[in-house]
Amino acid sequence: MTAVLEQPASAADAPARPVARRSRAALWTVPPLLIVLVAAAYPLIRVCLESTKVGDAERGWSTWSGVLASQMFRDALWRTVAIAVTSTAGCLLLGMFVGIVLAFVPFPGSRVVGRLIDTVLALPSFLITLAFTFLYGSAGAVNAAISGITGGTSPALNFLYTPAGVIAAEVTFFTPFVVRPLLASFAVLPRAQLDVAASLGASPLRVLRSVVMPEAWPALMAGGSLVLLLTLNEFGIVLFTGAKGVITLPVLIYTRGIVTFDLPGAAVIATVQIALSLVLYGLYRMVFARLMSGRGRGDTDVVVEPAK
Amino acid sequence: MLLWSRRSRAAILIGFAVVVLVVFVAPLATVVIAGLAGSWTDALPTDLGFGHFDDALSGENLASLSVSLQTALISGGLALVLGTWAALAAREAPRWLSRVTDAVFHLPIAVPSVAIGLGLLIAFNSRPLLLGGTRWIVIVAHAVLVLAFAFSAVCAALDRLDPAYRQAAESLGAGPARVMFRVTLPLLLPALGAAAGLAVALSMGELGATVMVYPATWKTLPVTIFALTDRGQAFQAAACTTILLLVTLVALVLLGRIRGRAALR
Repeated sequence: MTAVLEQPASAADAPARPVARRSRAALWTVPPLLIVLVAAAYPLIRVCLESTKVGDAERGWSTWSGVLASQMFRDALWRTVAIAVTSTAGCLLLGMFVGIVLAFVPFPGSRVVGRLIDTVLALPSFLITLAFTFLYGSAGAVNAAISGITGGTSPALNFLYTPAGVIAAEVTFFTPFVVRPLLASFAVLPRAQLDVAASLGASPLRVLRSVVMPEAWPALMAGGSLVLLLTLNEFGIVLFTGAKGVITLPVLIYTRGIVTFDLPGAAVIATVQIALSLVLYGLYRMVFARLMSGRGRGDTDVVVEPAK
Repeated sequence: MLLWSRRSRAAILIGFAVVVLVVFVAPLATVVIAGLAGSWTDALPTDLGFGHFDDALSGENLASLSVSLQTALISGGLALVLGTWAALAAREAPRWLSRVTDAVFHLPIAVPSVAIGLGLLIAFNSRPLLLGGTRWIVIVAHAVLVLAFAFSAVCAALDRLDPAYRQAAESLGAGPARVMFRVTLPLLLPALGAAAGLAVALSMGELGATVMVYPATWKTLPVTIFALTDRGQAFQAAACTTILLLVTLVALVLLGRIRGRAALR
C-alpha cells in the first residue's frame, strides 16, 4: 500500500471570492470530511483508548507498563528503527546514483527505465520478498549458481532471513520514492549551468558537488523522510520474510492482535507506532513545504539560459 | 552532459545497467519465471509450463482474484468520489478548513496500515457500526487507505488547471453546478482516470490492513498469496502474484488512458 504522494495543494493562489459564497462553499467540505473522520480518525482514537483497557470494564496503565517492559517490544522497536534508518540510507545512495544517471547521462531507453521505476511504485511490496526467496534463498538460483561454480555444499549467501535481507528488499522496493522527486528537481536545473561549469574546467565530481547537489538537497530530504516513514510502517516485506529474528513493530501488532488476540496489547504497540509515524509525517510535511517554496525561487535565478 | 569522455560514460552506463537489472528487473522477472517453473533447485528453473497458472485461475485462487477486483473497484470508486469531492470543495473553503481537510485526508498513509486495520477492527465491531465479519470492513479499509492518493492526485491536477476556462464559463453566466459538470470535471477527467488506476492498483496489492480485518468469506488475493507461501507453496504463490501484477498493470494502463474530449495536453 504505497506510492509517491502528489504535491499537497496550496490554497494560497486561490482567487479571492465574496465572503457569503465562501462560507456556503465551505459547507461542501463538511460531508467528505465527516466520513473520513469517522472511517479513519475515529478508529485511531479507539486504538489509543483500547490500549488503556484492563480486563473488561476497567481502565489503567498496566497493559502499557507490561508491554513497554517486555524485551520483545523493545527489541522490535529498536529493530524497526534500525532497519528503517539503514534502508533509507541505502535508498538515498542508490536513488541518487539512478537519478543522476537518468537525468544527466542520456542514453537510448532512459524513458523506458523511468517508466519501469514509476511502475514499481504501484506494485505490492511482498513481491520483492517472494522474488528474493527464489533468487537469494538458501536453495535459490544465485546460491545454486555459486555452489555450481565453487562446488561447495553450504549456501554462500545466507542473509535473507536476517535484518540484512529485509533491508535489501526495502532498498529495492523504496528507491523509486527517492528517484522520483530527485528527477523532478533535476528537471528545473538549467543544463547550461552544467556545461558552463564543465567548460571552465570543473571535473564531473566537482560539477556534481557544487552545481547539482545544492539543487538536489531539498528533494533528497523530502524523498528520504518519506522513505523513512514508509519503511517504519512497512508490513508486507517483513511478514513474508517470516523469520523470528526480524520482527518489527507492525508485524508485532499483527501477531499480538490477530494471532494471539490480545487487542489491548496490540493497541499499546500501535499507539507507540502511530505517535512515531505522525511525528515523522509532520517533519516530512515541513520539509515538503520548504521544498515547494524553494522551487519558486529556483525558477527566477536562471542566469545562464542559452539564447535560442 | 556530465561526463565528456566516452570511456567514463560507458563505465557509468554499464554500472547503471547492472543496477537496474539487479534491482528493478530481476525481482519482477523472477516472480514471473517462478510462476512458470515446475521446480527451481539449480541456477535455472526447470519444468517450465502453465500448470501453476491454471491453478491460479481456478477454485479458491480465482475466487480471491474476483474478491480483490471487486474490493478494488468499489473502494477505488468510493475513494475517488470522496477524494474529488473534498479536493474540489477544499479549494473554495477558507484556508484553515482546506488545511484541516488536507491533514485529515493524508492521515491514513502517515500511520501504518496495520494500525488502521486494528482501529477498524476495534471501532466497527459493535453496534451501531457493525461491519466486522462482513466484506464491508475490508472495503472500508481499502477505501480509507487509497483515499489519500486519490485526494492528492486530484489536488495536484486542480493546481495545474487553468482557471481561465472556469472564469470564462462563469462570465458567460453559467451557474456553479454547470461550471462543475461541464467545465471542471471534463478537464479533470484524465487526472481522475490516472487516480482511479493508482487507487485500483494499490488496493489490489494491499495486505497490512486486510490481514487484520478480513473475514473468511472475503479473502483478497494478497491474503491468499501469503497463505500459500506460509504453507510452502512458493511456486503457486509466484503464479498468483504474476496474475496480480498483470491485472494491476492492465488496470493502470486502461484507466490511465482515459482522456475524454477535453484533454489537458
